[in-house]
Amino acid sequence: MDSSPSPSPSSPSLSSAAAAAHRRSEIRLTVTQLEQRKVEEKVAEIYRVLHGVAPHTQSLMLELWRDKHVEYLSRGLRLLGPSFHVLDANRPWLCYWILHSLTLLGERLDPEFESAVVDFLSRCQDNDGGYGGGPGQMPHLATTYAAVNALVTLGSETALSSINRDSLYKFLLRMKDSSGAFRMHNAGEIDVRACYTAISVASLLNILDNELVKDLGTYIMRCQTYEGGIAGEPYSEAHGGYTFCGLATMILINEADRLDLPNLINWVAFRQGVECGFQGRTNKLVDGCYSFWQGGVLALIQKLSSIVDEQLESSFGNNGRSPAKSACESASSDLVGERPHIGNFLDIGFEFSHRDNEIGPLFHTIGLQHYILLCSQVLEGGFKDKPGKSRDFYHSCYCLSGLSLSQYSCTSDSDSLPPPEDVLGPYSNLLKPTHPLYNVVLDQYYKAREYFHSA
Amino acid sequence: MSSSSSSDDELGGARIPIGQRPEWSDVRPVPQDEGPRPVVAIAYSGEFRETMDYFRAVYLAGERSPRALDLTGEAIEMNPGNYTIWHFRRLVLEALNVDLLKEREFVDHTASHNSKNYQIWHHRRWLAEKLGPEAANREHEFTRSVLALDAKNYHAWSHRQWVLQALGGWENELDYCHQLLEDDIFNNSAWNQRYFVITKSPLLGGLQAMRDSEVDYTIEAILANPQNESPWRYLRGLYKGETNLLLNDNRLTDLCLKVLKTDCSRVLALSLLLDLLCNGLQPSEELKEVVESMRHDRSEPSNANLAAVICSILEAMDPMRLNYWAWRRSNLPSEIC
Repeated sequence: MDSSPSPSPSSPSLSSAAAAAHRRSEIRLTVTQLEQRKVEEKVAEIYRVLHGVAPHTQSLMLELWRDKHVEYLSRGLRLLGPSFHVLDANRPWLCYWILHSLTLLGERLDPEFESAVVDFLSRCQDNDGGYGGGPGQMPHLATTYAAVNALVTLGSETALSSINRDSLYKFLLRMKDSSGAFRMHNAGEIDVRACYTAISVASLLNILDNELVKDLGTYIMRCQTYEGGIAGEPYSEAHGGYTFCGLATMILINEADRLDLPNLINWVAFRQGVECGFQGRTNKLVDGCYSFWQGGVLALIQKLSSIVDEQLESSFGNNGRSPAKSACESASSDLVGERPHIGNFLDIGFEFSHRDNEIGPLFHTIGLQHYILLCSQVLEGGFKDKPGKSRDFYHSCYCLSGLSLSQYSCTSDSDSLPPPEDVLGPYSNLLKPTHPLYNVVLDQYYKAREYFHSA
Repeated sequence: MSSSSSSDDELGGARIPIGQRPEWSDVRPVPQDEGPRPVVAIAYSGEFRETMDYFRAVYLAGERSPRALDLTGEAIEMNPGNYTIWHFRRLVLEALNVDLLKEREFVDHTASHNSKNYQIWHHRRWLAEKLGPEAANREHEFTRSVLALDAKNYHAWSHRQWVLQALGGWENELDYCHQLLEDDIFNNSAWNQRYFVITKSPLLGGLQAMRDSEVDYTIEAILANPQNESPWRYLRGLYKGETNLLLNDNRLTDLCLKVLKTDCSRVLALSLLLDLLCNGLQPSEELKEVVESMRHDRSEPSNANLAAVICSILEAMDPMRLNYWAWRRSNLPSEIC
């Protein structure tokens, strides 16, 4: 397929949408339409400015302000203002968002500071396994995921060896519910986030086994909705964050074939809107963080061609079979039919990282880069949800993660660098590639994998 | 909620530091163990730091007392995202056998300015489960009031679905969905809830019984706003796993034709048509003509199958999804028209 999308975001469709809205102006607009229109107007104005300026100014506008981002992130890693007390139960998250962002930008922490992070996270580690939101807090699956990802991102022997895998495994087992899903913490809520954070951590640390996996796939399947995306719980609404969590979990436990992937792809593809960024749900507003959650789903799908092909073939019944495809079809069905044996989950993440993008990009990768750089990027450093909002570390992490994915999505060979035309703005905008299943920078993943493989 | 000397702004007085309250004089606050070189260090206000130091003291001592309950209330007020405090509060509530209706007032109050917080909703579910079926109506009123401010609040919808399944109260739910869709036909959360009701309500007979009237309802919504993606997805959902019914319902092809003949957004109609063709629909001559007339590039051989033509039209009409439609074109089943 054509892997080079048109380089400019489709401003024509923005203006035609505005014109259509104008024609309807006598009709009463609903809340959804009014809110959507406000955002479209702001974004359209930004793109109008871009198209109206000289090429030199354009390339300045499309630059990633690395120094500013590094400054903003590094400062936050040290000290945060009093208003951050609302994130007092999310401090491993703050570590992960900041460290992962810095690493995507190619920054390394000085060893002195690195050991301070390891020391701090060790104080969040519970004696009975797992990490809490701060020193002395109860262990929680989401902060355990954040702490482990932060330590993998640091990558040193001290960082990796500070994780108590035996007790962490016991914590995961305690969080496993009889339904197959996971609870966030002792007597806590059950949802797809809990499932993903548990399985991602177990997979990274090479402690994933059948006991943790049992019945989980059935729970996730129940969360796929009629729309095609995945919800936080059965019957809830399809949502970008949960769709990423659900699909990544299913891949990590080798059961992605149990989801309806063509329908899922269709739903995610429709989440990229006229603003060029992604929305989290149907008819909701664009938000920069979904650059990763939704873009990440499509990045995962690019490496699932054998399962997707098989599902496309079988969904059209007997009358749709192509004789030409029967050879590869039987080959892929062998792959799909093979369930892992006990203890065979380890190399799923490793093998996945080496897979080529056999399916070309399924979203407008240059469009998304436009949205991230022009509408989410804050010139003083950091990223935000959308124009009019303010920056934060969460959006900085997921905008940068989404930017990285969209830069690499057109490159089919997993080992090569993207050509300049795939990277919007100067080539110096290119970030480090991230592992789409765990969202840690690929080089850091390989280090951790080697460490936990031999440990 | 508080019976202690912890006065707050509502009473007009300044907050008395916990260290100066007589009932806490026997407790030694426990500072946070951040180590010598804390990272992501938050510059806590004195009030926040003190409250948490006292919380740590009662938490570590496992103290289940009325003053511990009050303290969790103060701490939650400052940071409702702290799941450890909520968890401990539940242990205290259970130990003290507190009137749970009073606890509900506390949650009502806390939720009123933190409606997007996992902990509050988890606590609310725990509480409603303890209160039992009698609490159903009150819970439905509560989610209704939250949804009146933000009709797409994800947590509120999840809670509402849980209450329906665990405690009941289905009687007016379809009407409620209808009312929300009347307010805002683009509200996808309301469409999702509608799907939940027609498939799961014990009063309606399930999807099979509801399908026919729902198709009419949805088609009407689409014709009023053909660019509204929600009802198009809902329509497909009504035929989930029922390919034969999907292909044999003429209302769907009629709908596509109607929308394609107008000048409004036609992407969603073409998308549905493409799905129908991929599932084996035999297109009528009229349908073929309408699609052919939309082709931008007439130089292409017209013997290309209709699904491929639709993909090409969509590639031009919907440039944001150019890659997606091109991928669909290259993956069409080989034996379709």
